[in-house]
Amino acid sequence: MGEWTGAQILLECLKQEGVEHIFGFPGGAVIDIYHEMPGFPFQHILVRHEQGAVHAADGYARSTGKPGVCLVTSGPGATNTVTGIATAYMDSIPLIVFTGQVPTPLIGNDAFQEVDIVGITRPCTKHNYLVKDVNDLARIVKEAFYIATTGRPGPVLIDLPKDVMQARTSNFDYPDKITMRSYNPNYLPNRKQVRKAAKLIAEAKKPLLYGGGGIISSSAYQEFTRLARRFNIPVTTTLMGLGAFPGNDELWLGMLGMHGTYAANMAVNDCDVLIAVGARFDDRVTGKIATFAPHARIIHIDIDPTSIRKNVSVDIPIVADCQNALKALEEELDKLDCDFEKQHGEWIKCVRQWAATHPLTYKESDKYIKPQMVVEKIYELTRGEAIITTEVGQNQMWAAQFYNYHYPRTFISSGGLGTMGYGFPAAIGAQLAHPEKLVIDIAGDGSIQMNIQELATAVSYDLPVKIVILNNGYLGMVRQWQELFYNRNYSATQLQKNPDFVKLAEGYGAQGFRVEKKEEVVPVLKEAFATKKTCIVDVWVEPEENVYPMVPAGASLTEMLLV
Amino acid sequence: MRHVLSVLVENEPGVLSRVAGLFSGRGFNIETLSVGPTLEKGVSFMTITTTGDEQIIEQIVKQLRKLITVIKVVDLTEMDAVKREMALIKVNAEDAKRAEILRIVDIFRCKVVDVGITELTIEVTGDEKKIKAIVNLLQRFGIKEFARTGTVALKRSMQL
Repeated sequence: MGEWTGAQILLECLKQEGVEHIFGFPGGAVIDIYHEMPGFPFQHILVRHEQGAVHAADGYARSTGKPGVCLVTSGPGATNTVTGIATAYMDSIPLIVFTGQVPTPLIGNDAFQEVDIVGITRPCTKHNYLVKDVNDLARIVKEAFYIATTGRPGPVLIDLPKDVMQARTSNFDYPDKITMRSYNPNYLPNRKQVRKAAKLIAEAKKPLLYGGGGIISSSAYQEFTRLARRFNIPVTTTLMGLGAFPGNDELWLGMLGMHGTYAANMAVNDCDVLIAVGARFDDRVTGKIATFAPHARIIHIDIDPTSIRKNVSVDIPIVADCQNALKALEEELDKLDCDFEKQHGEWIKCVRQWAATHPLTYKESDKYIKPQMVVEKIYELTRGEAIITTEVGQNQMWAAQFYNYHYPRTFISSGGLGTMGYGFPAAIGAQLAHPEKLVIDIAGDGSIQMNIQELATAVSYDLPVKIVILNNGYLGMVRQWQELFYNRNYSATQLQKNPDFVKLAEGYGAQGFRVEKKEEVVPVLKEAFATKKTCIVDVWVEPEENVYPMVPAGASLTEMLLV
Repeated sequence: MRHVLSVLVENEPGVLSRVAGLFSGRGFNIETLSVGPTLEKGVSFMTITTTGDEQIIEQIVKQLRKLITVIKVVDLTEMDAVKREMALIKVNAEDAKRAEILRIVDIFRCKVVDVGITELTIEVTGDEKKIKAIVNLLQRFGIKEFARTGTVALKRSMQL
């Protein structure tokens, strides 16, 4: 075989893992890797900021289910990835992040562009490595892909000292399989527990399915949807679970939680059995924990044992992959002789009533464009076939509420960490993975400016990503809290002197549109969606519009502020 | 309630930091920690004592198991286990007091491991209570220095 350098081994490993895209930014510590890159069958996407690289890899991963790969240099290159890594960690997204490091003899000497990135990212990665010997490299890369993509997925970081990338060895063989004595995720449910769960559901009069991102990461969309339909159980999901159930189904209640629908939150409050699937009872979902689902016995399916009994006590825990658990649950329910149509009939009527009397809505205005209407129009124009990414704040909530997601991996948003500046680079990653699809970043005028530099990336690679800015001149969600809970003290939330987003788009070589009148919304969106260029559509919306329903932080889910 | 956890880990750089970081990052408390190699190459043994209600201890155990470098976690609290700590106590021991101190050492089955003109260093091994008891007794002579290990523990062969 001859001799390999560390850099060659690394790239050969990535080739064998089937990596197609690497998102990165070069620097002194990784120059050897970049030197070897031409000739390998993957495309390197040169971003304009390392945070953008990680979010783009994350968007790629969320839209495909495959791990996203990043490569950055040491020091500031590495620290710039931290927000992206923490974002992926909170939402359980598989990423492999390679960071350059100073040569091993210099580690610990405060060398130029040295930082202890393994120490810094220990609490926000699933696992991380410092490679000290070129002979360990292949095994570590294999372990990293294995760890990132199995069990509860997550980001793994590998720190690569420059001398290890230059070192030579003839001892290279990329392992096919890996076994680790200290890491063996459990995929199969305990049948006894599943039987108990089935029995509980069979006895229930008012069951409710509460799905989360775990359904999407375990590709359990079909099993989840089938379970709900076959046994006539209404469905709500978290933000991360949007797309796990068809948004036009009769059993669909919408999202639950702080900005959830009236029907979903009332159903949680009233249900007698709550079936949590791949969700983790986050505080934005539960509101006041003491009054969450007060009448329900809880079944909790999750692959991560730490998710269970972390926030709420659970009657029947099932530690397993969601898909396997749902299949098993369906089998067990099949064995029971129940007329679920009849048994849950009253309950279905009741939740439909809630949905009918309190749908998601907003007050029309003659003067202003309503941001909710813009999202509705995006849905109508794309018929739910687009991939939607979001920034964070009001734009994110409206994108969650007023667009119906029918398929998994079509709603891509930073749920756990709530990272502003996430949506646009994530859209770049999703667009690369799905060149044939329309990818739209629903943004705010605040968030979009946090990674606006990636316009250069999108334009460079001819990516027709559409950014629709719901421009209200405010950091809208914080302003909403200030209005409702801080006596209208709009401290530091007015974005005075925003850039001219149309000119800004043009400056980057993208296409810019401005929408100031209601009747322009549809034609301009149509035009933007039809072009093959990267576009910004800057829509001037009602400045002080709020997101409703809203459960104030720490209140019970039934204490909703409505439109 | 106080719990004693025995934790088997891969002996690699950063493993202590991963365990300690888990406790600090999630607001758990480490009371004592002792780490040493096992007879198997590449594997270390940690004994951690911590306090918390049932739900917190359950989380600690699960979170420890979730760490990639952790091989096994056992909560020894619910089992019969041998638990030992060791302390070195340097105590004032002028002529008049020396006999009394030596008598205490004898009763507690400790050892004098170093002798000076006016002081003695005593090695004591036992469970937490025994160490507390001898410290209380020796305090009136004046303890000059005090060093103490964390708990190490093993499950008893016979679980009664």
